Amino acid sequence: MAKTLVQEFTKGLWEEIPPFRLVLGLCPVLAVTKSVANGIGMGVAATFVLLCSNVLVSALRSIIPVKVRVPCFIIIIATFVVVVELVMQAVAYPLFLQLGIFIPLIVVNCVILGRAEAFAFKNRLTYAAADGLGIGLGFTLSLGAVGAIREILGNGTVSIPFSDQVISVFGPSFQPFTFMVEAPGAFVCLGLMLGLMDLVGKKG
Amino acid sequence: MRDIIRMIVVLGLLAACSGGLLAAVKSGTAEQIEVQQLKFVKGPAIRDILKGSINDPIQDRFKLMDGEAERTFFVGKYENRPTAVAYETFGQGYGGDIGIMVGVELESDKLVGIGITTHSETPGLGSRAKTDPGFRKSFEGLSIEDPIEVGEIDAVSGATITSAGVCKGITQSADFYERLKPKIVEKAKSF
Repeated sequence: MAKTLVQEFTKGLWEEIPPFRLVLGLCPVLAVTKSVANGIGMGVAATFVLLCSNVLVSALRSIIPVKVRVPCFIIIIATFVVVVELVMQAVAYPLFLQLGIFIPLIVVNCVILGRAEAFAFKNRLTYAAADGLGIGLGFTLSLGAVGAIREILGNGTVSIPFSDQVISVFGPSFQPFTFMVEAPGAFVCLGLMLGLMDLVGKKG
Repeated sequence: MRDIIRMIVVLGLLAACSGGLLAAVKSGTAEQIEVQQLKFVKGPAIRDILKGSINDPIQDRFKLMDGEAERTFFVGKYENRPTAVAYETFGQGYGGDIGIMVGVELESDKLVGIGITTHSETPGLGSRAKTDPGFRKSFEGLSIEDPIEVGEIDAVSGATITSAGVCKGITQSADFYERLKPKIVEKAKSF
């Protein structure tokens, strides 16, 4: 544990970027990345939950009995998920309608439970916060990247997160590659990205 | 023994704090969520049912107490036909409750239109109750006072339970509509 705070933060962006390196939390990566805006929206929601649960788990780690730690984690995570769900309904209702069931499903996102168990429960609060923020940001970027590839190829557009604007990339004569925005396209896109990350990682 | 007590206390405390926090957030956001739902979920259905009204039905709404339950009514005023109100009711569908927006003409008690607001029906089958205009249109002109059966309307094919749930929801809503009607008429006049 000789890592610095900055290292704990930046490892989430490349070394341990959740969907590609940890290969955790794949369900939302496949399900909600039909557009950039959806991907980023989901990522931000997950980041908030991850940061809050990491901080709280780390703060309470001396109080929580080891035998019931997982139920405690789940209570903490579920609480923040419901908070996110309610706040999203209040401020970004169209996004909430788009993401639907995948917001409550953050409760069972392996990234969040994984970080609580593997990191926050064993580390100081500041480190847990840096870890949560880093992993969350990495998760958001990954979702945004998969969303961008799928949306650009499958629909020819890029939607701007947290606004109604949509930018057309290829112009009106573009013939959309609709396969990419359908479910199988998500698997193909994720597989190619995993392979690419591996290739790049090995060389470096 | 001490261990067990400690576990119970910690879990209990955590759950209690969680409950408290959620109750606070829920009550803090309730109003804003209602506004958003009016805008994005109920709004389109209300506008569709009360189309051609000279007022804005979403603005001109009032609430009435029906026993314990609070019900919201949306008023649509027209130039050459009687005033109508829209209200939301629920029917039991295949995958849970179906939210139905019902529009009724106050003078004749006839349906001016219906719309589906929220549902969890099977995509592609029951979900067509929301999107299929033929299904919604077949309710127009029926009287709310008589029970509506699936045979009277064009049921969504492959979604009998959904169609029957919508019919039953509307039929049951006649209860509170009749009960509150004097108050509804009085309130609707004030807009």
